[in-house]
Amino acid sequence: MEQPVELASEIKIGPVIDPGLSLAAVSDKISSIVLKRKTTLGWMVGVFIGFILLQGLLTGLTWLLMKGVGVWGLNIPVGWGFAIINFVWWIGIGHAGTLISAILLLLNQSWRNAINRFAEAMTIFAVMCAGIFPIFHTGRPWLAYWLFPYPNTMSMWPQFRSPLLWDVFAVSTYFTISAVFWFIGLVPDFATLRDSAKHRWQAVIYGFLSLGWRGSARHWQRYEKASLLLAGLATPLVVSVHTVVSFDFAVSIVPGWHTTIFPPYFVAGAIYSGFAMVLTLMIPVRSIYSLEGVITMRHINNMAKVTLATGLIVGYGYTMEAFFGWYSANKYEQFMIWNRMTGPYAPFYWALIFCNIITPQFLWSKKIRTNLMAIWIISLIVNVGMWLERFVIVVTSLHRDFLPSSWSMYWPTIWDWAMYIGTIGLFTVLIFLFIRALPMITIFELRMLLPGAKVKEPVAQ
Amino acid sequence: MSGHALEEVSPVYGLMAEFETAGQLVAAARKTREAGYKKFDAYSPLPLHELDEAMDLHDNRVGWFTLCGGLTGCTVGFSLCSWVSALAYPLNIGGRQLISIPMFIPVTFECTILFAGLTCAFSMILLNGLPSPYHPVFNWDRFVTASKSKFFLCIEAKDKKYDPEETKAFLAGLGAEEIAEVAQ
Repeated sequence: MEQPVELASEIKIGPVIDPGLSLAAVSDKISSIVLKRKTTLGWMVGVFIGFILLQGLLTGLTWLLMKGVGVWGLNIPVGWGFAIINFVWWIGIGHAGTLISAILLLLNQSWRNAINRFAEAMTIFAVMCAGIFPIFHTGRPWLAYWLFPYPNTMSMWPQFRSPLLWDVFAVSTYFTISAVFWFIGLVPDFATLRDSAKHRWQAVIYGFLSLGWRGSARHWQRYEKASLLLAGLATPLVVSVHTVVSFDFAVSIVPGWHTTIFPPYFVAGAIYSGFAMVLTLMIPVRSIYSLEGVITMRHINNMAKVTLATGLIVGYGYTMEAFFGWYSANKYEQFMIWNRMTGPYAPFYWALIFCNIITPQFLWSKKIRTNLMAIWIISLIVNVGMWLERFVIVVTSLHRDFLPSSWSMYWPTIWDWAMYIGTIGLFTVLIFLFIRALPMITIFELRMLLPGAKVKEPVAQ
Repeated sequence: MSGHALEEVSPVYGLMAEFETAGQLVAAARKTREAGYKKFDAYSPLPLHELDEAMDLHDNRVGWFTLCGGLTGCTVGFSLCSWVSALAYPLNIGGRQLISIPMFIPVTFECTILFAGLTCAFSMILLNGLPSPYHPVFNWDRFVTASKSKFFLCIEAKDKKYDPEETKAFLAGLGAEEIAEVAQ
């Protein structure tokens, strides 16, 4: 459990946690952010901005429900516009949370302990934002429950051979399991908050949420087993979710979508955008709440490396898409890829190549990986790039239909933008509320990294 | 609780000792078990895998429940797809098979994970006897640090070997900083 202090060549990366912290100091540091720290002006401003953006979502949804999906820029052939682009973008962002919390747990990467709670929260909020789009894209969201198999007076059942139905199962399972995993992880920390509470009402609320957790060894044994099992279940789940999302495209016969490389390349892209989002959020939060001793440069460095690695996989995906477009000798495929690169949406394609392939190459340099401002800017560019990727996949594949008579262009309307920006507002508000009300770092797992957690039994035994 | 009302209930839950380090707690738990105590528990602010071995804890039921949950989910998912597609709402599309196994895998898989994950979480919570709004260990005011920085060991009065004086001396011999009787 102890992390050796690693001196990485000429630039010092530092340990995974400040070794000078004691068990009590760590508990106090994280819980006091929630319990004692006054609500800061910065927090208020952040929530306010998020809240203003959130109004875009509410206004957009209201107008949509009054008028119907015609207010969006959709047409035939481009029947999948912002709704699907944003859905895939948000789901992808969520995937880093599961990767950090589950896959890195199985791989025994203890540096994840400081960032997993935050990343999991990000997952849940991102999936909430994602879910809004397909539900409203159905046109009659009040009938969205028709997607689930239940006995009904119409004697109708869902089509289990449709990837869109697989999506319903994959995303709802993903949300449920992520939320459960998150809550289970929070239970021992709720106990810490309960026992550190200044006010009675805090003790009651956190005590209720802690389920009466008392840190019994018998409980911890089952708890650790359950955490490991949940991580083992969440790992194939996260891969399956984005695979199923990619099936929405790959199972169809649309040139540009009908590609076997989609599942792995979607999963890599999801992790890529997710890590970028973790960096985007973590870098400011870390300095605002002075968590430099807990979220160290090693975390930032490791996350930058994962971003680079997944970025390279995504780059490979783009290359293969282009290569097979040519190599397939199928003129529709060839036209599609040529149109993507030189057609009316070419600027989007090249912007995507710039954001997702060129920009992350800077992360090869350790100087850049240890420069917070540089990483933060790169992470923002990657977020934009991954959104462009989904735009390019959805729109350029559809807008040139098989017959030139049904060609068209897709441009989002103000209502598309309102909803998209609105979900960013929703996400922001939720993240700020989370930071204020819950411990944003898993306290008990952080303790496991400290020298104080090392078991040295007294010799006389 | 009325069932227990007739039994003689000791007003004392047990004797609790506080330790400064994780190592002391593990050593203490090992010696307590070796001394023949059965009804005791260790409390720590973080999971100590060494305690599992020291206290001989090997409850694998969560794993078995999860497996059962997963198998149930797998069966439910596949049966649902098959029943709907072959019996409840059969669609003859060019004479293709009604039970098309590859197309049912995603839903079967998601149901497996969903059932296994929920069973795992709930079985862990229920086997731990949670939620438990009240527990005697919280009666000692020093116990608030058990979720933050200190390590505790409690030998219950229900244990056959329990003796107020002897057990206290035993705990003191383990290097405990503070020892107290905890009310029921």
